Amino acid sequence: MNLTGFERVSDFEWLLPATGAMRVPVIIYADAALLRAMDDKVREQASNVAMLPGIVRASHAMPDAHWGYGFPIGGVAAFDPAEGGVVSAGGVGFDISCGVRCLLTGLKTGDLAAQQEGLADALARAIPAGVGSTGSLRLSGAEMDAMLKGGARWAVERGYGSGADLERIEEDGQMSGAEPGQVSEHAKKRQRDEMGTLGSGNHYLEVQRVAEICDGKIAVAFGLAVDDVVISIHCGSRGLGHQIGTEFLKQMAVGAARHNIVLPDRELACAPIDSDTGRNYLGAMRAAINCALANRQILTQLVRDVFAEVVPRARLPLLYDVSHNTCKIEEHELEGKKRKLYVHRKGATRAFGPGHPDIPQALRAAGQPVLIGGSMGTASYILAGTERGMGLAFGSACHGAGRAMSRHEAMRRWHGRQVVDELAQRGILIRSPSWRGVAEEAPGAYKDVSAVVEVADQAGLARKVAKLTPLICIKG
Amino acid sequence: MTRYEHFAHEADIGVRGVGGTCAEAFEQAALALTAIVTDPARVSPGERIELSCEAPDAELLLADWLNAIIYEMATRHMLFGRYQVTLAGGYLRGAAWGEPVDLARHRPAVEPKGATYTGLSVRHADGVWIAQCVVDV
Repeated sequence: MNLTGFERVSDFEWLLPATGAMRVPVIIYADAALLRAMDDKVREQASNVAMLPGIVRASHAMPDAHWGYGFPIGGVAAFDPAEGGVVSAGGVGFDISCGVRCLLTGLKTGDLAAQQEGLADALARAIPAGVGSTGSLRLSGAEMDAMLKGGARWAVERGYGSGADLERIEEDGQMSGAEPGQVSEHAKKRQRDEMGTLGSGNHYLEVQRVAEICDGKIAVAFGLAVDDVVISIHCGSRGLGHQIGTEFLKQMAVGAARHNIVLPDRELACAPIDSDTGRNYLGAMRAAINCALANRQILTQLVRDVFAEVVPRARLPLLYDVSHNTCKIEEHELEGKKRKLYVHRKGATRAFGPGHPDIPQALRAAGQPVLIGGSMGTASYILAGTERGMGLAFGSACHGAGRAMSRHEAMRRWHGRQVVDELAQRGILIRSPSWRGVAEEAPGAYKDVSAVVEVADQAGLARKVAKLTPLICIKG
Repeated sequence: MTRYEHFAHEADIGVRGVGGTCAEAFEQAALALTAIVTDPARVSPGERIELSCEAPDAELLLADWLNAIIYEMATRHMLFGRYQVTLAGGYLRGAAWGEPVDLARHRPAVEPKGATYTGLSVRHADGVWIAQCVVDV
């Protein structure tokens, strides 16, 4: 990225002052190396976000920011409805409420040694993954609406998981304000047989080893110790979210002029929060959040069923579930005043600091768990929200490594079979229905997640707690 | 002259169709969409479905066309290896020929989520039509 015009606030914070149509500055959290390595499109897209009506404080980009569509991926922006603020379908993205959840197991890696192959095969059989895969659930119209209202709570009531899971999910597992009536029949049809499916692309289910503890005190609160086995699930709202994103993107792009909104990029399609389109989108988007929460809850039960067969003594409590493509109403302090803001996180994780009332009681003193996904061969991380982070980017942190090269380039460089064999030699078992999918997602195609997490920690966005390395990866 | 190709995007993938007419460019862009998932030549064009879209300009119409195909792929669990497009003003009437996904034969790589407005353009330059956008996968 061209750094001309950036002011260095600290080693980990860079500010691009508002110029032209920008209403607020751009702030990027990165060290000089990560910033230079970022695509110029991040600068352009973050600047475009800064031009949207009602944006407050700054258009933020996380250390893993990369070229997205409309918003950069790794973008965070908050809007005030009292200042004509907007909600943007492009600012949430197609995979609404895509996120990560982490389950503890009570096992040490030694407990799995003899069963790793069998467990990988059993998980691959049980978890619907990849293009065209379907779940076993078929929802009637009324059940679909109940799911869209109830989220993970709906899933628990239908026997997927337990009530104890709910308090370990953002919004206690159920996003309020969901309006199934604002979700089109097309979107519901697209979801008809996709409940309890992982999807494809960068979505995965991993069995992981806690390789390193970086903050012992918080690790104890999170129930983590070196050599523990944990499970991470990364997926979202599937076809329903994709269809809602598609439909509202067009509606907002076409309707922007009617609301006197000048879009610097059509992908930033948005509508005033206080408008019919804005309200309809929020109702539909919240329903999609519930769909994602229900989906991850169903997948959790499928994993528990497999473990009950293969490693019966394992218990799989939920550590936490975070979403990284959302727009949520949150209270934040700006210039000494508390304000209700619509915070967009596009490829960014909520990272509330210690004491925040939205964090479950058992974790409140430690800060909210922040789950950072890896890429098959590389590490994942668990961080914790910080008090300082609340004042930086509205309590937000990074969400993953971010790609270093295009899918096209990855496919040219690697063959899926070769990637799987090489990882197997390192003790990492990959199960995927698609060789090409594996090649496109090769670990080398991603940036160094450790560098991204280090910067998030140093910048104060979130505190590093534990490093996880993969043992088994079920890849969509 | 008539062809399709992909172009690089950091997280996702761009589809580009090139043709002698705007309609041909739309057909080729649709083949590029299929090629994200599998080689279009591997898809048997046994079943025909009809599609139609409407949008205020050619660019939004392209995104609509690709999104209509993504919807049919997702809900019918089908892949399409041949497309035909007729354009009239802001209206598109199209047809797609394909077959149900066969995991063993098609080896589908990734599922398209939606056609975005990023890198979106429909233009006539140097005697050819080019229709392109980034697809979120």
